[in-house]
Amino acid sequence: MNEKWNVSSSPHIRDKATTGNIMLLVVIALLPATFFGIYNFRSENAWLLVVVTTGTAVLTEYIYEKLMHKPVTIKDCSALVTGLLLALNLPPTLPLWMGALGSVFAILVVKQLFGGLGQNFMNPALAARCFLLISFTGKMTYFVYDGVTGPTPLADLKAGEAVDTMSMLIGNIRGTIGETSVLAIMAGAMFLILMGVIDLRIPGTYIVTFVIFITIFGGHGFDPQYITAHLCGGGLMLGAWFMATDYVTSPITKGGQILYGVCLGLLTGLFRLFGGSAEGVSYAIIISNLLVPLIEKVTLPKPFGKGGEK
Amino acid sequence: MGLLTFKGGIHPNDGKSLAKDQPIMELLPKGDLVYPLSQHIGAPAIAAVKKGDHVLKGQKIAEAGGFVSAPIYASVSGTVKAIEKRLNPTGSSVDCIVIENDGAYEEAEKLPVKTIGEMSRDEILNTIAEAGIVGMGGAGFPTRVKLSPKEPDKIDYIIANCAECEPYITADYRRMLENTRELVNGMRIVLSLFENAKGIFGVEDNKPDCIAKLKEAIKDEPRMEVKVLQTKYPQGAERQLIYATTKRAIHAAMLPADAGCIVDNVETLIGIHYAVAEGRPLTERIVTVSGDAVQNPGNYKVLLGTNHRELIEAAGGWKEEPQKLISGGPMMGFAMITLDAPVTKTSSAILAFKEDIVAKSQVSACINCGRCVEVCPSRIIPSRLADYAERHDEEIFVNQNGLECVECGSCSYVCPAKRPLKQAIGSMRKIALANKKKK
Repeated sequence: MNEKWNVSSSPHIRDKATTGNIMLLVVIALLPATFFGIYNFRSENAWLLVVVTTGTAVLTEYIYEKLMHKPVTIKDCSALVTGLLLALNLPPTLPLWMGALGSVFAILVVKQLFGGLGQNFMNPALAARCFLLISFTGKMTYFVYDGVTGPTPLADLKAGEAVDTMSMLIGNIRGTIGETSVLAIMAGAMFLILMGVIDLRIPGTYIVTFVIFITIFGGHGFDPQYITAHLCGGGLMLGAWFMATDYVTSPITKGGQILYGVCLGLLTGLFRLFGGSAEGVSYAIIISNLLVPLIEKVTLPKPFGKGGEK
Repeated sequence: MGLLTFKGGIHPNDGKSLAKDQPIMELLPKGDLVYPLSQHIGAPAIAAVKKGDHVLKGQKIAEAGGFVSAPIYASVSGTVKAIEKRLNPTGSSVDCIVIENDGAYEEAEKLPVKTIGEMSRDEILNTIAEAGIVGMGGAGFPTRVKLSPKEPDKIDYIIANCAECEPYITADYRRMLENTRELVNGMRIVLSLFENAKGIFGVEDNKPDCIAKLKEAIKDEPRMEVKVLQTKYPQGAERQLIYATTKRAIHAAMLPADAGCIVDNVETLIGIHYAVAEGRPLTERIVTVSGDAVQNPGNYKVLLGTNHRELIEAAGGWKEEPQKLISGGPMMGFAMITLDAPVTKTSSAILAFKEDIVAKSQVSACINCGRCVEVCPSRIIPSRLADYAERHDEEIFVNQNGLECVECGSCSYVCPAKRPLKQAIGSMRKIALANKKKK
């Protein structure tokens, strides 16, 4: 007998989790917000926008990788996540072609041209949202709910008007497709926490820092009504739980994740209170994405035996 | 709550139920016995017999090749058939003494035995060295050297590594249950070398029967204590075990003795007992035979030098043709290219698996998820270090504490992109350590 067996370096066993099934869990977690949005806006355009934006993202990845003779990676579901997140960040009335253009920008320019999965330095969906916001400001800030056009509650809040925090919690307000229902977003976020996909470090510090910032600089002191309105308004919840926690564009070090959350909270507060627009989450996140390498540099952990064991 | 542990680590399927309840069975070899001259860390042993010599069981067949080395004893009586290159379990061709078993098991004279109280420190240490005892958990470091720190007065703890955190292996588990007395006496002998030391048995909480048995056995031993550890891999890694049991932490450039600790594995302490109390040199060890491809998994008392094929036959052969054979545990063991290799002082298990999960896994790009950072017991950043290693950037690798890695493999285990992180880091470490020595 002279049989030869497989050899490889240890370890010889592997955990079941794969990139594909982690991404799939994120998609599942986004479904409550997606379905709520489609139901909420009761417009054909809303669900078509979700389908077109998501489909274009996946198709762009497929075509690019085929043309470049690279292995096709659409099975890892990361393009699906990007497309879906972008759709949830768009107003329900946006022309479909703009959504498609956003997806091409996200996948082609932000992700693939920088080396594909894991190499992009900005969240592709948010970068695409900002790209669309700058290019088509009118369409991107045109919000309708129940046939009535008007400002989002967050803009009302900035203008000093009263807002209904209960509807902001449930989500029957003006806004982008996926950002309005705090309840639906939190259901998805809880699911991700329970499945071990995300933890509280980034969203927790983000939200706490933001609350402290607006308490100090918001001009209302510690007013629960005002703070709740800020937390439930705009893209803060969607951003904090689903975009700031994007693995690729957030720090890998634990201390870094805390610092990153603080940066996000400060920038969001700064943009919302002192900026020209009522919203500031997208810009806060993509600017913080750029700070990640620096944040990691100053938060390198101490190894075991040199202080890191505790 | 309250269980001792370290930060990081993983909880793989432990597979221990396969062999755990099988009492130790003695296995007598039929074929030739093969003894690699190098089955420990340090200088290879030097053959003390030649082809054609008749040897007895327990006769020294190779002398230690230096201070950091260990002698080798025949585990059967018979004739030296050859001294030639053979494959060892890790697949390297090394110098080996081959003995044809005459089946008589005629024994050589034993080593001199005295009661512990009458032996001087040096006598005990010399007996341990003379008996060929090395760290039998896997490292194979000569035990006498480990037990000879510069300042013996400063040793506060002798830690018996009873964690057995590797999945599937149950050899130490059976030893703790069946040879409790010998294990405790091994500890007693080591403690006699260190006046100021306390003995700690660090056992994972998945072995409540061992904990109970050990507690009972040491109830009249004021210098010994059983400490219950959280069941988590790699709880039995030396640095992690020291931290879990004593809250003292050492880094890669330190020795356990620098923190006043010495760690010995279960099998090693039992070997010390047999050598010092019974005058028997090291000629056997317990080996777990397990895995889903093995007909009857079990634990065997195996004479060193026995061919692995005989072990598989003893366990009833294959249940199904395996794809992968592992010498040792699935986390840190070596994949074996062939069964045709001998059991050595450091062989704790032979595992056979129907499926090679590693070959099946598709490697993809890192998504920076941080799972490797979460589980790394050395608290370093495996994904980045693997990147530096892949582009051979030794300087930044060393700067970012790549040398602190204990190569436990937890990072490769959890990686959702299935990247062989430990392999990359391990190769770079080897190069960097060699370069460091040159300087």
